[in-house]
Amino acid sequence: MSKGRFGIHGGQYIPETLMNAVIELEEAYNHYKDDPEFNRELTELFNEYAGRPSRLYYAKHMTEDLGGAKIYLKREDLNHTGAHKINNVLGQALLAKKMGKTRLIAETGAGQHGVATATAAALMGMECVVFMGKEDTIRQALNVYRMRLLGSEVIPIESGTGTLKDACSAAFREWSSRMSDTHYCLGSVMGPHPFPTIVRDFQSVISKEIKQQILEKEGRLPDAVLACVGGGSNAIGAFYHFIEDKDVRLIGCEAAGRGVNTAETAATIATGRLGIFHGMKSYFCQDEYGQIAPVYSISAGLDYPGIGPEHAALYDSGRAEYVPVTDEEAVEAFEYLSRIEGIIPAIESAHAVSYAMKLAPTMRKDQIIVINISGRGDKDVAAIARYRGEDLYE
Amino acid sequence: MSKIAEAFDGKKAFIPFITCGDPSLEVTEQLVYAIAEAGADLIELGIPFSDPTAEGPVIMAADERALAGGATTDKIFAMVKRIREKVTLPMVFMTYANVIYSYGSERFISQAAAVGIDGLILPDIPFEEKDEFDGICKQYGLDLVSMIAPTSNDRIRMIAKEANGFVYCVSSLGVTGVRQEITTDIGAMIRLVKEAKDIPCAVGFGISTPEQAAKMAAIADGAIVGSAIVKLCAQYGEECVPYVAEYVKSMKDAIRDL
Repeated sequence: MSKGRFGIHGGQYIPETLMNAVIELEEAYNHYKDDPEFNRELTELFNEYAGRPSRLYYAKHMTEDLGGAKIYLKREDLNHTGAHKINNVLGQALLAKKMGKTRLIAETGAGQHGVATATAAALMGMECVVFMGKEDTIRQALNVYRMRLLGSEVIPIESGTGTLKDACSAAFREWSSRMSDTHYCLGSVMGPHPFPTIVRDFQSVISKEIKQQILEKEGRLPDAVLACVGGGSNAIGAFYHFIEDKDVRLIGCEAAGRGVNTAETAATIATGRLGIFHGMKSYFCQDEYGQIAPVYSISAGLDYPGIGPEHAALYDSGRAEYVPVTDEEAVEAFEYLSRIEGIIPAIESAHAVSYAMKLAPTMRKDQIIVINISGRGDKDVAAIARYRGEDLYE
Repeated sequence: MSKIAEAFDGKKAFIPFITCGDPSLEVTEQLVYAIAEAGADLIELGIPFSDPTAEGPVIMAADERALAGGATTDKIFAMVKRIREKVTLPMVFMTYANVIYSYGSERFISQAAAVGIDGLILPDIPFEEKDEFDGICKQYGLDLVSMIAPTSNDRIRMIAKEANGFVYCVSSLGVTGVRQEITTDIGAMIRLVKEAKDIPCAVGFGISTPEQAAKMAAIADGAIVGSAIVKLCAQYGEECVPYVAEYVKSMKDAIRDL
């Protein structure tokens, strides 16, 4: 079996043209990941620039209102650029810089990863081009402007469904035409090896901090950690340091869109099958002939037809659970958290909040849930207003 | 000698690519008869995929048209079976890993062999992942064609040693599509292949004119042309057959006497 496997998943299913580029990346990563100077620089960027460590906030009102388990919120929304995406991007941009690359390219769905990449490029004096589905440039117009403001070029992609998967394909196409000066700063724990490992390692700072913070506050580990899952980078980041702690339930919340029994869904574990796409073997939403399905979710960031290979393996082994959450449930949770805690979560993160609202009342008061609030919801306010029938445009 | 190797036996091979089902499977079938007649030595039949990440805009659009027109793997197998009754030229499928894997790798490869397909070209299966399909291909007598690219460098020897059928030399960086100029030192790539294994090499990506085909075929064993043909299919739709046939003839003529 080839490199970068998680159970049967993962691998390097990419054109020969890109093979030496991923090999070069893997060698550079293996060199720098244990390099004290690299890690010192990255930690400094995390702390001084991104604002880490992010808070672990006890959601007192939500806990009392739901009347069950104690709820903590991991505040990745408070990071610079407003989401967990910055963790991975700072790591990859620093690595790319060490490799002598001068240009970053990235795909983006909701725009959070694009904004984070544009930010890191601005910080490090690198050129940046972001590929974004045409549909998403409309849904997330403010983020498009934000990226331009940061000095990046944004290329709208009209092919396919004009969403995240098409942006991702476009970024792979661009990378295969220009590798010598360009690093593809992939935004999730997906794609060919070594990306799922690199992105997971940079995001694992989330669970490292949660573990330390919950031990300080409660003197014990949580009973469950919840995170939303599209490709799965914030979820793997929140799960990683708990994988060996078998008593901690790990729950990934997938975007069910209009429901897992409809065609308008992006819940890969609930509705997908084993496949090979975007460089990896994993689960994908697809038809009987292996054509990738045009998935749908209100959340542009979860609107992806696959899931990272490590999640697929965690699902196979039963170590993590994956549950579908509909648009309507996510919107209700978006409104609920805003009202009850004064925290407006990203619509992506609201999927995890929603499942916590179901789960907490079924648990004892001495039990603990941690929800990863992967991003803030400012970018979603206008879209949610429209979902609720208000005639509001940015 | 494998059926594919026969295409290169004593001549420079011209290898046209068409996307099955663009504009319809009926037209695809007629296209195969016409291009076989016009001098093709091996035919690449593309099974359309929803997200063909190695393709440029021309073939991406063809895949979209073919899928929208209802082309499926099963219908393509049925078409190839009909074609095989009349055409003896080697034919290979060009598609993406998920089309095969999702169908069931052994189910797909055994049926492909049964309808008369001679090999597979899978741009998202590099050397490291070929075990996914290579064993089954060997079992059913299909060649899984290996690709090398301008970035392959030290990998060429390793790839060539285990290559079957022919080696597909990708002429330039990036995705499929017409290029003004091919600047890669293809000759050097091919020399590395031949040092490792005596196997035919055909050059693809970016070739569209008879002059380019002649230039490539002079240093290689054959030339592969996709996007330029698919463009004619897009331009003339249901009426494309004579235009494609004429084009294939002009390309074959350009390399015939090399």
